[in-house]
Amino acid sequence: MYLPCPCCGWRDMREFTCIGAADYCDRPEADAPPEAWDNYLHLRDNPAGPARDLWYHAPCGTWLEVARDTVTHAVTGSTAVEEAG
Amino acid sequence: MQFSGFRILKEGLAGNRGWKPHWRKPDPKPDYDMLIIGGGGHGLATAYYLAKNHGLTNIAVLEKGYLGGGNIGRNTTIVRANYFLPGNSEFYSHSLKLWEGLEDELNYNVMHSQRGLINLFHSDGQRDAFARRGNAMLAQGDDAILLDREGVRAILPYLDFEQARFPIYGGLYHKRGGTARHDAVAWGYARGADQRGVDLIENCEVTGISVESGRVTGVSTTRGEIRARKVGIVTAGRTSQVAAMAGLRLPIESHILQAFVTEGLKPCIDHVISFGMGHFYISQSDKGGLVFGGDLDFYPSYAARGNLPGVEQVMEAGMALMPMIGRAKVLRSWGGIMDMTPDGSPIIDRTPIEGLYLDAGWCYGGFKAVPASGWCMAHLMATDQPHPVARRYRLDRFATGHLLDEEGKGSQHNLH
Ligand SMILES: Cc1cc2nc3c(=O)[nH]c(=O)nc-3n(C[C@H](O)[C@H](O)[C@H](O)COP(=O)(O)OP(=O)(O)OC[C@H]3O[C@@H](n4cnc5c(N)ncnc54)[C@H](O)[C@@H]3O)c2cc1C
Ligand SMILES: [Zn+2]
Repeated sequence: MYLPCPCCGWRDMREFTCIGAADYCDRPEADAPPEAWDNYLHLRDNPAGPARDLWYHAPCGTWLEVARDTVTHAVTGSTAVEEAG
Repeated sequence: MQFSGFRILKEGLAGNRGWKPHWRKPDPKPDYDMLIIGGGGHGLATAYYLAKNHGLTNIAVLEKGYLGGGNIGRNTTIVRANYFLPGNSEFYSHSLKLWEGLEDELNYNVMHSQRGLINLFHSDGQRDAFARRGNAMLAQGDDAILLDREGVRAILPYLDFEQARFPIYGGLYHKRGGTARHDAVAWGYARGADQRGVDLIENCEVTGISVESGRVTGVSTTRGEIRARKVGIVTAGRTSQVAAMAGLRLPIESHILQAFVTEGLKPCIDHVISFGMGHFYISQSDKGGLVFGGDLDFYPSYAARGNLPGVEQVMEAGMALMPMIGRAKVLRSWGGIMDMTPDGSPIIDRTPIEGLYLDAGWCYGGFKAVPASGWCMAHLMATDQPHPVARRYRLDRFATGHLLDEEGKGSQHNLH
């Protein structure tokens, strides 16, 4: 499997680490109720088919959100994750 | 149909023409007391113990493919009770005891072979951790022996003891650990459930779960609507999709785990060996093939096949540990879909929907759990109370912080 890094182009998946579903980008506010944190940390749609997940490209240090099909392993695109404000 | 020495002799003399199918192929009835979704090891064991332990036989197992075609027929068959945490320790201990009586219980040769399991360690710190684990196993009433380097060399002389990166310091030897024939476990439970009146319905995919005022009333399937008072979701890697039919979002991410088998060889590996630092484990099947595997591919996936980096990692680790296997030819590799929870431990619990139960999150270790999981899920569905040895497998433990993080890695989806 190859993944498109917005910085380096298509690279072998050996250079990447997958952190899991892109839910990790939607961090709740610090004072959000516990349910929001449970939802953010643990609960997942876990789709069979098109999915968005987070990967880290070690050589350039970019975090990317990858659009991928979890059944066919087809990769359709990616965007760099912006720095949290 | 029961197996016996006399029966085998008789059939042998009569040209083996008297053997019958092991279970019926009934059409689904419109109404049952209980439905089990998923005809893998856990679903079939649940149905068996509902009938056997609780006398409930107006039940059906709904399987979208054929019985035993999921992970129950794809795993590397290791059976052990070497867990550490209260919650896991008593559960897997109970499971191993059920394994030890399973062939008599089912009148089926599941080829349970207690050939001994050795977990290698490679540093002083790891030795301490394994000594502590061994003590927990002894305290639970199971067996554990701490071997030093020479102790390991005496029983596994073919390992590479000169290896510099992860020198072998010793191993934790669990003599009652071993392997079993995975398909036979599914078939044995299936036949036992069928004989007690459970309907095993194959080619029947559940496509919807009906809920009325917070209570489950039945399911839609590719073979029609089926009503029931209680429904158990026991669908391993597909659990998230099935639970979503009832509007549930679960603490599960599905990942792929690969395994490999070589051509048949003369007996050379007598035990189950695990090399945790290299993420590699191996045993030899009764047909002679070396059966081995490693870690997850580590990205969410529903493809029952893995990627090449996973293959390379396993092969390299195997060569680092026992160079003698380098000339064996790999015959096949395959993958299975694992229902991974954030803490790496399973869930056997009620759900927020009345009458809907969940048995899931078995990660890469659910084969050994099949007997106890079926036992405890049946108890839960029949009595509405958790079984004492499974009471910590709660669905809400991630929200409440009562985690069962056996490896001490943290409660996050990409860590186990
Ligand atoms: C490569 C590999 C190696 C492993 N090695 C080990 C090991 O050494 N030791 C160990 O203890 N464990 C091991 N495991 C884990 C173990 O195999 C699983 O945890 C366990 O088999 C899962 O439970 P099951 O048997 O019920 O699953 P499955 O056999 O997968 O059963 C689930 C069933 O649900 C059915 N289903 C899904 N959706 C629907 C639907 N909508 N309607 C109807 N039916 C549906 C599926 O078709 C399937 O038959 C391994 C797994 C893999 C893949
Ligand atoms: Zn890059």
